[in-house]
Amino acid sequence: MATLTEAPPPLSPTAPEKKPPRRRGRFTPYWLLLPGILWLLVFFALPMIYQASTSVQTGSLETGYKVTWHFATYWDALSQYWPQFLRSLLYAGAATVLCLVLGYPLAYLIAFRAGRWRNLIMILVIAPFFTSFLIRTLAWKTILADSGPVVSTLNTLHVLDVTNWLGWTAGDRVLATPLAVVCGLTYNFLPFMILPLYTSLERIDGRLHEAAGDLYAKPVTTFRKVTFPLSMPGVVSGTLLTFIPAAGDYVNADLLGSTDTRMVGNVIQTQFLRILDYPTAAALSFILMAAILFMVTLYIRRSGTEDLV
Amino acid sequence: MTFVNWLKRHLVVIAGLITLGYLLLPNVVVTVFSFNKPKGRFNYQWQQFSLDAWKDPCGVADMCGSLSISLQIAFWATIGATALGTMIAFALVRYRFRARGAVNSLIFLPMAMPEVVMAASLLTLFLNMGAQLGFWTILIAHIMFCLSFVVTAVKARVMSMDPRLEQAAQDLYAGPLQTFVRVTLPIAAPGIAAGALLAFALSFDDFIITNFNAGSTVTFPMFVWGSAQRGTPVQINVIGTTMFLVAVLLVLVSMVVSNRRNKQKPL
Repeated sequence: MATLTEAPPPLSPTAPEKKPPRRRGRFTPYWLLLPGILWLLVFFALPMIYQASTSVQTGSLETGYKVTWHFATYWDALSQYWPQFLRSLLYAGAATVLCLVLGYPLAYLIAFRAGRWRNLIMILVIAPFFTSFLIRTLAWKTILADSGPVVSTLNTLHVLDVTNWLGWTAGDRVLATPLAVVCGLTYNFLPFMILPLYTSLERIDGRLHEAAGDLYAKPVTTFRKVTFPLSMPGVVSGTLLTFIPAAGDYVNADLLGSTDTRMVGNVIQTQFLRILDYPTAAALSFILMAAILFMVTLYIRRSGTEDLV
Repeated sequence: MTFVNWLKRHLVVIAGLITLGYLLLPNVVVTVFSFNKPKGRFNYQWQQFSLDAWKDPCGVADMCGSLSISLQIAFWATIGATALGTMIAFALVRYRFRARGAVNSLIFLPMAMPEVVMAASLLTLFLNMGAQLGFWTILIAHIMFCLSFVVTAVKARVMSMDPRLEQAAQDLYAGPLQTFVRVTLPIAAPGIAAGALLAFALSFDDFIITNFNAGSTVTFPMFVWGSAQRGTPVQINVIGTTMFLVAVLLVLVSMVVSNRRNKQKPL
């Protein structure tokens, strides 16, 4: 009996091996953690608290701000800026879906089909990161320029008629329309979709595909029943990594859009840095944070990969 | 029919390559337009081939200054975030302690927060403290948001390490320090390097958080942002092209080196 109770617990292959606590250096982990955690507490957690208190302050720049528990700021901000909120979520959602549709084939290609080209393609996915993303976003201005080849091609193919009708573009141009902003967002966050997808696809045992084929599954069926379900962790973390930053972004909306495409990030930026209305800006960023946290929790629940985070 | 079959068989490859083209198209445009001689202040339309910008990359007022500020900040932010992050990663993987869950969520949250929210809250703190915005506030902010990414990168590597290697070193009478320097650190090095590289790239490229907390200091992304309003000099494209080429070159060299090393020492 004694041997049975003393037997070590079975190790699952995913869980890291638990080591017996070392006797020496009982405080070592705390010393190791101290500087970094302190940094995050002072420069990440504390600012959040400050911002929470700012959002319920009233006053003005001249007379100073005081905490008055003025929660109406939240209501005012939301009723005034709900179009920008809605737009942020819509644009970010559209960009996330596009990233998934565009990114999946490339991740699949790198994981299963690239062979000896795999490393080169990986480099080409990561290397654009090293060119400042602002420079690359400005390049989209050139690509989508009114007299450029992209716009004239879309015009000849009558694609612009359709997008005009949908309200994605206006007139004969793509720049300064929602389409341009979504295009920029998709481009900017695409690598954040491809890399997690690739990681989870690469872990799939190739023999599972063979097994599915041996059982007379067509390639489409194999993908639907085997590959895609197994890549779900990558899909979930990829969509989160694209959606969250895209919802808060204001660079694409500013450079590629117009006043009609302003997102909530633009509003926060203007309120904070130009109008200097700190309570409204703080309330707006808290609403954005809450909306994102709410949607993310809901999404993680529904996709059934709670152990992911 | 055969064409349709061919298309069907290679559908994934074609779609993947189209995406790759989409990813690289702006870089191609940046490179091509670095050889442009624009009319007026903006470099959005092709006019005429010219090497002027390449001959005189620092010919634009303030651009190379902003570049040097960005490099300095990225350098120190990388050192700070890598040191702090590596320590946290080791503590998280190697030790069981209380508040482990809390530490894990504190690490995760900055990565799951929209940048604009972090930027605004940090500015609130600095304003409340009456801090002078500039180099130091940017550096503080960059270390803060790079930290989590370093922890994640180092953690992944340390977690896949075989603990028996260190036990073996201790069995061979290596002291704790010796074990760490001669065994643990070399094995963890690729993870630490990956974390440091990520921190450098993130810090060098950051615009949103910097824009809020920079005061009157101008980093390179902020210079580019400003030039999008005032007029974009061709030299920006030269810098962009150089950065891309240097990145590709560095990765290729490191691949060749590691390939050669693997060939010399077949495991």
